[in-house]
Amino acid sequence: MFLPFLYELRAREVPVGATEAVALAQALEAGLHEQSLDGFYFVARSILIHSERHLDDFDQAFLKVFRGVEVEGKKLEDELFEWLKDARENLPELTDEERALLEELDPEELERMFQERLEEQKKKHEGGNKWIGTEGTSPFGHSGRAARQGIRVGGKGKGRSAIKTADARLYAGYRQDLTLDVRQMQLALRKLRSFTRIGADEELDLEETIEATAKNAGELEVVVRPPRRPNTRVILMMDVGGSMDPFAHLCSRLFSATKKSTHFKELRTYYFHNCVYGRVYETERFTDPIRVQDLLHECGPHYKLIMVGDALMAPYELLSPGGSIHWESDGERAEGIVWLMRLQKHFRRSVWLNPEPQKYWLGNTIENIASVFDMYPLTLDGLGEAMTHLMKSK
Amino acid sequence: MVERASPTGTEPPFTLDLAAMATNFVRFTGTDTYLSNESLEAAVNCALVLQRPLLVRGEPGTGKTLLAEAVAEALQMPLIRWNVKSTTRAQDGLYVYDTVQRLYDSRFQDKDVSDIENYIELGPMGKAFDADERSVLLIDEIDKADIEFPNDLLNELDRMRFVIDETQREVSAKERPFVLITSNAEKELPDAFLRRCVFHFIDFPTPELMEQIVHVHHPELEASLLKQAMETFYEIRSMKRLRKRPSTSELIDWIAVLKASGVSDIDLDNNLPFLGALLKKEQDLVAFADQLSGGRRWRS
Repeated sequence: MFLPFLYELRAREVPVGATEAVALAQALEAGLHEQSLDGFYFVARSILIHSERHLDDFDQAFLKVFRGVEVEGKKLEDELFEWLKDARENLPELTDEERALLEELDPEELERMFQERLEEQKKKHEGGNKWIGTEGTSPFGHSGRAARQGIRVGGKGKGRSAIKTADARLYAGYRQDLTLDVRQMQLALRKLRSFTRIGADEELDLEETIEATAKNAGELEVVVRPPRRPNTRVILMMDVGGSMDPFAHLCSRLFSATKKSTHFKELRTYYFHNCVYGRVYETERFTDPIRVQDLLHECGPHYKLIMVGDALMAPYELLSPGGSIHWESDGERAEGIVWLMRLQKHFRRSVWLNPEPQKYWLGNTIENIASVFDMYPLTLDGLGEAMTHLMKSK
Repeated sequence: MVERASPTGTEPPFTLDLAAMATNFVRFTGTDTYLSNESLEAAVNCALVLQRPLLVRGEPGTGKTLLAEAVAEALQMPLIRWNVKSTTRAQDGLYVYDTVQRLYDSRFQDKDVSDIENYIELGPMGKAFDADERSVLLIDEIDKADIEFPNDLLNELDRMRFVIDETQREVSAKERPFVLITSNAEKELPDAFLRRCVFHFIDFPTPELMEQIVHVHHPELEASLLKQAMETFYEIRSMKRLRKRPSTSELIDWIAVLKASGVSDIDLDNNLPFLGALLKKEQDLVAFADQLSGGRRWRS
């Protein structure tokens, strides 16, 4: 019964596989779900889902697969009680057997009996691993379908039902593909830290200790190695103004996330407009320029370069010499793309983060720049991938 | 994953006796001071029956660590804590071989340095395995450690046994401990690790549940003060510009302070008492004042 559900989850890119399926089967066999759909919802969620960002997918898949199951059961149940209530008034329409039955029992008694039967049926099911009763013999012989789906009749109704919980989509906020906030960005940026702090520990240097002790004529001389420190140096270059204005908010969040990250040995931030030409600026208002050549001299190839920009501009701004809209009084007049290539070549690892949606990346200057830099979308996924790319050794 | 041969070579892999588990296990239903809900109970019970670690995530201050205490109390098992730091290695949880002490001791004759066992100190995980009774092992804030840390624990968590290399002694769990792992979601945990865990995400409590939680901690609180405090709390939480929004533990602390100082009336607009218990960052206090004055201007 739950296999289609697993495939529904897989279709939504929730990583579930045989491990989870077996675990879920075990849990159901052990009766953890208490034979109710609500119980199943919680048990399945805790076993199949491994991260809060998949909770919303789980809710949606659950709705798709199981919506109706409960409603149907509920409807039948209501129908039955309705019938019981009306039964007395509609005596003539009933069959002989029904009339005989009704004459023996009053409605309350019938209801009680019905409940008991369902209770019994529930117990029988507990031995097996069927989580919801689909076949049941009717205790009354009237409609036959009455007791089908009846499992919930005997169950306890606690709080919200699973369908309602899923329907409320409480976890939509944890989805990964939504807008980034500073904290999420920080988490993504932490990838840069984690790889540089391998075995960060103040440890005994055993070899050196033995060596030193031997030199010291057997008198113990302990040598301790210093702990490793973060070693990532990052240069962040951001495009500001013009076509970047719609993304200003997003970029400022990325900026503050980067600034707040304490795990960089060094972080330099620079600004440019449209494209990098001879120089970049230390402020958003394009004051305090620094020549790109000087920057390349100062910063070795081990710096990680993160470019942020929409890479959209008029083709001549990128491809013809002197395309800069700022007057460059000194230095050579190279094309913007040449400057970008110089940057890309100089640093061992670099990425370009683009806030423009990926579907607009073809047939304009984005395509040109993406052929120079490894370009990633400025989303949580894209940022994560970009950071992984930056950490690859080369 | 490649299954490593068990140390003795003949042991069958760990299997679950589901029939026995289903009938014998003690269900967790919360304690007097820890309010649980259906989904949390389902997760804890799943972990108990399947004997898998339970991974709990959620905002800071929503009671992840307290859950371990509650489970230990409810199931009457001893609680063993392992607080993970950025420098913690997986090995620390199993055992530590104190080489330096042994080296020092070797200079004097008063201790037996030939027996390495004397210098092996079991870590929290080792202790949980070695204990005679079933225990609750809390691995707190696993995401603080190095990114490879959870992977290093996979095998030990799966098989619940390890060998002390120096002495070749095998420490294996007599009773598989109930392992509870908390994470602040600071770092992505590896997939292989996640897939072995039962997962639970602690929601921020709804106002109704929050009221119950406060009641558990401050049963004799006046209804009017509680109502005001709750309203203020949720209003502050809904402010957009806060860096660290106050959560359950802050609310409980705040109410404790209010009670202790005999405050009986809270007015959000009018010099909120002990704001520091709710907002812990200077920027947040500024943002709070800003927003409040801005709001007042707008209202008038």
